[in-house]
Amino acid sequence: MPLSGEISTASPLFDRARARLAPVAASLIKDLQSAIGVKHVLHAPEDLLVYEYDATIERGLPEAVVLPETTAEVAAAVRVAKRHGVPVTARGSGTGLSGGAIPCEGGIVIVTARMDRILKLDPANRLAVVQPGVINLDISKAAAPHGLYYAPDPSSQKACSIGGNVAQNAGGPHTLRYGSTVNHVLGLEIVTPDGDIVTLGGEALGAPGYDLTGLVVGSEGTLAIVTAVVVRLLPQAQATITLLAVFDEVRQASEAVSAIIAAGVLPAALEMIDGKTMQAVEPFVNAGYPPDADAALLIEVEGLEEETSEQAEAVRATCEVSGAREIRIGMSPDEREKLWAGRKGALGALGRLAPSYYILDGVVPRTRLPDVLSGVYEACERYDMPVANVFHAGDGNLHPNLMFDDRVPGAAERVLELGEEIMRLCVDAGGSITGEHGVGFEKRNYMSWIFSDDDLAVMARVKSAFGAEERFNPGKVFPSSKGCGEVSSRMKTAIAKIGPDAYV
Amino acid sequence: MTGSRPFAPTDDDLSQCVRCGLCLEHCPTYAETRLETQSPRGRLYLIRAISDGVIEPTPNALGHLDSCLQCRNCEAVCPSGVPYGRIMEQARADALGRGAAPFSWRLRALFLREVIARPGRLRMFAAALRASQRVGLLSLAQRLRFVGTSATLAPRTRGQPFTDTGLIARPEGEERARVAMLSGCIMPLAYGDVHRATARVLARNGCAVSAPAAQGCCGALHAHNGDLDTARALARRNIDAFLNEAPDAIVVNSAGCAAAMKEYGDLLTGDAAYRDRAREMSALVKDVHEYLVGLPFEAPTETLDLSVTYQDPCHLAHAQRISAAPRQVLNAIPGLRLAEMEDADRCCGAAGVYSFTQAEMSIRLLDEKMLDALNTGADVIATANPGCLAQLEAGVRRGGGRARVRHVIELLDRAYSATGI
Ligand SMILES: Cc1cc2nc3c(=O)[nH]c(=O)nc-3n(C[C@H](O)[C@H](O)[C@H](O)COP(=O)(O)OP(=O)(O)OC[C@H]3O[C@@H](n4cnc5c(N)ncnc54)[C@H](O)[C@@H]3O)c2cc1C
Ligand code: SF4
Ligand code: SF4
Repeated sequence: MPLSGEISTASPLFDRARARLAPVAASLIKDLQSAIGVKHVLHAPEDLLVYEYDATIERGLPEAVVLPETTAEVAAAVRVAKRHGVPVTARGSGTGLSGGAIPCEGGIVIVTARMDRILKLDPANRLAVVQPGVINLDISKAAAPHGLYYAPDPSSQKACSIGGNVAQNAGGPHTLRYGSTVNHVLGLEIVTPDGDIVTLGGEALGAPGYDLTGLVVGSEGTLAIVTAVVVRLLPQAQATITLLAVFDEVRQASEAVSAIIAAGVLPAALEMIDGKTMQAVEPFVNAGYPPDADAALLIEVEGLEEETSEQAEAVRATCEVSGAREIRIGMSPDEREKLWAGRKGALGALGRLAPSYYILDGVVPRTRLPDVLSGVYEACERYDMPVANVFHAGDGNLHPNLMFDDRVPGAAERVLELGEEIMRLCVDAGGSITGEHGVGFEKRNYMSWIFSDDDLAVMARVKSAFGAEERFNPGKVFPSSKGCGEVSSRMKTAIAKIGPDAYV
Repeated sequence: MTGSRPFAPTDDDLSQCVRCGLCLEHCPTYAETRLETQSPRGRLYLIRAISDGVIEPTPNALGHLDSCLQCRNCEAVCPSGVPYGRIMEQARADALGRGAAPFSWRLRALFLREVIARPGRLRMFAAALRASQRVGLLSLAQRLRFVGTSATLAPRTRGQPFTDTGLIARPEGEERARVAMLSGCIMPLAYGDVHRATARVLARNGCAVSAPAAQGCCGALHAHNGDLDTARALARRNIDAFLNEAPDAIVVNSAGCAAAMKEYGDLLTGDAAYRDRAREMSALVKDVHEYLVGLPFEAPTETLDLSVTYQDPCHLAHAQRISAAPRQVLNAIPGLRLAEMEDADRCCGAAGVYSFTQAEMSIRLLDEKMLDALNTGADVIATANPGCLAQLEAGVRRGGGRARVRHVIELLDRAYSATGI
């Protein structure tokens, strides 16, 4: 392991990056500059380096990065990319957990961070039209004075962009009751791989014809670049109660999950936090988690005043029957926020336990949770890999976080191997390989576990129909053996043809 | 640590960042530029890349580090506990140490070391500044293209310089504590009135207040700029000066200085001779509001019929994580109405010498801050750090209305003694 301060030529993290700091075709940069202005085209190696990552451990260096402000500029950049035959990868805030925003095959990265305006707020029709770079939470903040909010609430909502949410069909704790992003998007404006600007859906529900909006939501930047989103806003609930139920054993907690739903309650959120996570979070948020508990459930019920207290009472009783040793109830916004703080800060806090973590995202039928969770703990023990589980239990959406040190040779490979085994557990239990983080680069090879060659061929035909082929976000979603960030043959031949002097 | 690069950030510190991005929207420079290179996550990545030899410390890369305000907002919100402040200081020290830093950095280090850290020269410098204010040189300078904005942001002195040492204030009644006060470098020259108010307020609350003669600049600006050697030398001098008096507490009314002094233990951790005393010193350091609330302080009785908005100094709210205490002090003043501004804990752009080295960004942040502050309709903008005072005053001069800028303790002092502000 490199000691502090030494130039660690052995760092596995950067070895690949260094190999990929390739020079870039001057003409591509020039064309981009004339399309959207010199200031918003980045091409210096130091400036490109910070766009080779997202919140995963994958890396891939772009040849140029552009930060457009308008839809027209996005379209112009896409047309330049087409002319030069280079791929385009869209990027929001780079909080993605499947490597989606990483330009695996180089090319241009279009960052939406400057497209951060709320174009229209229409309280009467309960909708807003926003640019893709608007931060998820900012929509709810803008809508709050009208008693409205935007329901999908990924734990990263203070940072992630709505464009990234649309691309990943992001969910969150409240997906259990309100659905994921796709249920809250009425329409989209997109730029196609040919650089055309197209409007899908609209401001009213149930546009006639094919539901192309639904098709683009969750397409992970492989079909189109989203340049505006019409989102639905919901009225804030009249009453909300949050409960925290602490259990001695994980199995008790996971059985309580099904019991609550079986009792006829549909909570707004139903989250599980295991012992390891509580230990990591406690010093940071002082949530008051007991140090020796093995699991906690965070349950939120909301609706009309009376109905809400009834539901809270039902939840409390069910948890007690399932063996909860302590139940805390938060009524005021302050109390509720305190109970939530541990959950929202959990992922980041795990960074304190180990230099790196690898977060998995699998779905299983709710009733299989207890067995699959045991399987996860068993596999991690076998690999001698610490694991923390914090996840959307109500949806059966598991998030085991594997903790490791990326500087130890071979550690990343072992983590991926273990991750694959856990994904298998989910699929074998009748589940799927992603609940909300998407397939991206990391899980594209698991696609063939659930889809036949014919299934995948149909998806590929949809991609062709958009004219995307290998142009938008190549290397993602579809199975392939190519590694992320391997200098593509296209880049290599381009370099050979023009010679090193031709690069800026 | 290796001999050739004694200052470089440690690998353990750097690997704390998991790139979750949760800090992005809290970073003032990212909010302005929307560039990843100007975000905490991006800067940490560049620092690591330089450390690992992936990229050279080019002027471009160092420019991204230089544009950081060191406001530590990112550190306060980072769930993963990345010690950002320490990493950035060490990264700058490393660049200076390797000779990689651009000329302007080295010039700045020279100025901080040879003027700010030396009371005699600093007094001469301040006298020159006063004179230039009087004869209108400053307004002339403002019209010159290259010095223009920097000159606007230069602090105007207020009140007579504070030069007292030894026992400077005594309680009228029973003595509850003996405290030592930091005078600092620029503060006693530019804000002598604030020091006198602080001494009065402490005495009113039963403290015998001394200002040790042997003390000096706290070294915060030097550490932030990456001159860790000078910062350590200054820290050692203050440790000797303050611990010799064996005070019950060391009370500091400048947020930046208190933050740095609370970290002396960290700064001198490699110094066997001073390590333990540095920790002892750090444990004694208290921000003045923190100290008053802990006493607790006597409620003032005079009414101040004022609407006040409070700007959190970054090194109070984020570095020291103190945001309730100054508000408690303000709320204790009869008649005073606290009107909170939007994003009160967002940096005003002062950030030590930042307002001179990065004048353009500094002004952008200042203008936004003034907009938020004036939107509250407040008569007074209160804060708790000399850099912020100077910056906000510059904001008012730039056409930000009639609001007055005051240290929180000045208001408390008035509420004890019933003189107008
Ligand atoms: C701490 C933490 C907690 C998280 N919690 C959750 C959670 O609870 N639920 C959840 O679903 N996710 C969660 N995530 C994952 C992540 O935040 C989401 O996937 C989010 O939607 C990504 O948004 P982004 O703006 O960061 O997108 P990026 O990471 O920048 O990009 C993600 C994908 O979207 C594509 N994309 C981005 N913008 C556009 C656009 N305008 N048009 C077309 N494609 C685009 C990119 O190409 C890429 O494939 C979490 C992540 C972190 C770090
Ligand atoms: S500094 Fe902290 S909050 Fe920011 S990306 Fe790194 S781990 Fe996340
Ligand atoms: S210290 Fe302030 S300016 Fe610097 S990266 Fe952190 S939040 Fe941004």
